[in-house]
Amino acid sequence: MDEGKSEELKAAEKKEYQNLVNQVKPKPSVLANCLWAFVVGGLICVIAQMILNYLVSKGMSKSDAGSAVAVIMVFLGALLTGIGIYDKIGEKAGAGSIVPITGFSNVIVASALEFKREGYIFGVGARIFSIAGPTLLFGFTASVLIGLISYWFR
Amino acid sequence: MSYLMAFIIGGILCVIGQLAMDLTKPGITPGHILVGFITGGAILSAVGLYQPLVDISGAGATIPLSGFGHSLAQGAIAGVKEKGLLGAFSGGVAATAAGITAAIVFGYLAAVIFNPKD
Amino acid sequence: MTAARKIGQQSVKFSNPPVISGWAAIVGPKEGQGPWAKDFDKILDDYLYGQSSWEKAENIILQETVQTAVAKAGLDTTEAELLLAGDLLNQIISANYAARELAIPFLGLYGACSTMAESLLLAAMMIDAGFFERVVAATCSHHYTAERQYRAPVEQGVQPSPSSQWTATASGAILVQPGGSGPRITCATIGKVVDMGVTDSANMGAAMAPAAGSTIKAHFEDTGRATDYYDLVVTGDLGAVGMNLASQSFIQQGLVPPPAYSDCGVLLYDGLPDIKAGASGCGCSAAMLCGPLLKKMSRGEINRLLFVATGALMSPTSTFQGESIPGIAHALAIENI
Repeated sequence: MDEGKSEELKAAEKKEYQNLVNQVKPKPSVLANCLWAFVVGGLICVIAQMILNYLVSKGMSKSDAGSAVAVIMVFLGALLTGIGIYDKIGEKAGAGSIVPITGFSNVIVASALEFKREGYIFGVGARIFSIAGPTLLFGFTASVLIGLISYWFR
Repeated sequence: MSYLMAFIIGGILCVIGQLAMDLTKPGITPGHILVGFITGGAILSAVGLYQPLVDISGAGATIPLSGFGHSLAQGAIAGVKEKGLLGAFSGGVAATAAGITAAIVFGYLAAVIFNPKD
Repeated sequence: MTAARKIGQQSVKFSNPPVISGWAAIVGPKEGQGPWAKDFDKILDDYLYGQSSWEKAENIILQETVQTAVAKAGLDTTEAELLLAGDLLNQIISANYAARELAIPFLGLYGACSTMAESLLLAAMMIDAGFFERVVAATCSHHYTAERQYRAPVEQGVQPSPSSQWTATASGAILVQPGGSGPRITCATIGKVVDMGVTDSANMGAAMAPAAGSTIKAHFEDTGRATDYYDLVVTGDLGAVGMNLASQSFIQQGLVPPPAYSDCGVLLYDGLPDIKAGASGCGCSAAMLCGPLLKKMSRGEINRLLFVATGALMSPTSTFQGESIPGIAHALAIENI
């Protein structure tokens, strides 16, 4: 069916097909997704706030309590991923369970678990950062750049 | 009151992530969202826009990964004040060391203890 | 000299239509909840099937499907002369490791989800050409092995897109012989690779639909058969989105959309809750053919079937490099004659 057609005609056909695909394709229900993301994401932050308030009430300094909350939330994310619950939450909550730090924990644990059967060095060890790695790379790079800029303007 | 603000701001940040996935081109994965939030948070923090969010909502702004970016940026800036140029390199990671180390160690432990479920 | 059995541009007509003398399908737990449970030979209770990894489970499933198909034709596995098989995993390990255990001379194939049609049409050609008398065509897929290779780790919380399809845990095998009783493969159309520029790997149906349209059109042109010749035209794993697009392309290309057109990806999980666009994977069309469809043929409920398995020929590497997804489809006419 393609013989003898010019490149432009092929490109036009592709374009036309793309438009058709976009018409036919079911759209995600953005409103429902956002509602889920809002509620689940908000609740995760509320849980973190409760832990934070508790630690501060026990006399911990605010910055130490902040670090401790991060560790605890990471632990909870890891635990829920390990027992196979976090992915079920993620199917519904979308970004609501990706954006909080528990989501960061989830991608690390999910990658580590997945490659357990390929061994601990090149399986778990190498793959644990397959999704979290880029996050750390760009986070660290941004941090250093910001440090350098603030050094320049100090 | 602190809970309400944490809920609202945390929720809104997640909705921004959701909109980024649903309304932009297909192929925006959780990996892209995480990178976007940590970098975006660091930049907003550096220009002074993130701290007010943390002040009003506490965990609502620190628990989303943009808060992680905020810690990285503020750590680097504080590091520069303390140690000069060396602090630009050490400050960010030092401020977030607990969370990152926890994620790696718990990730490894989870892999030892659990198996992927069906 | 022109090839005697080639018809038209890309089709072949068998002079002594080979017989499908034995077939078997084994499916996973989810597939067993669908409407076709009673038509499969075995439904797994879990995805590991007593193995230490999903990959191992997948090749055991393929092995057992081949053994069952051969046994149902009243033969012993050692009597099979040739195994044509493939799967979705890198270097087609499921087929390779299954063939290691089965000890049948083996040719590995890769046609992504079109492998059932690819292996079956090659088997039919080899039988009709007189090289062999007992050839097995088989393929399989496993949801979790495919998921980890093509998409994200299983435990990662990912929101599925509404156009996404669920890779079926399923396998199908067919024994082809020159004679005997059973439905016969009368002609086949080998598809061209068609790429209409779809890059969204969560919308594979859209990527493959043009290939299905191209092959079906070529089939009717080459064979000269009327578009209402078949009782059922069934595509492989286009899913709800792809099937919709394929129907539209039939209209556009002047092919009357056959009233009896369906898609294995839509049929496999028909009626199950929350299935998005349906099923995909090599095992999807293989299990539908080797389960309900051939059973209906043997009962005479369907007498003329056009089976068009579709494949998306991309890899994670090509996806990351921004390449679009090329599709392929092969058609087989299976008839009670």
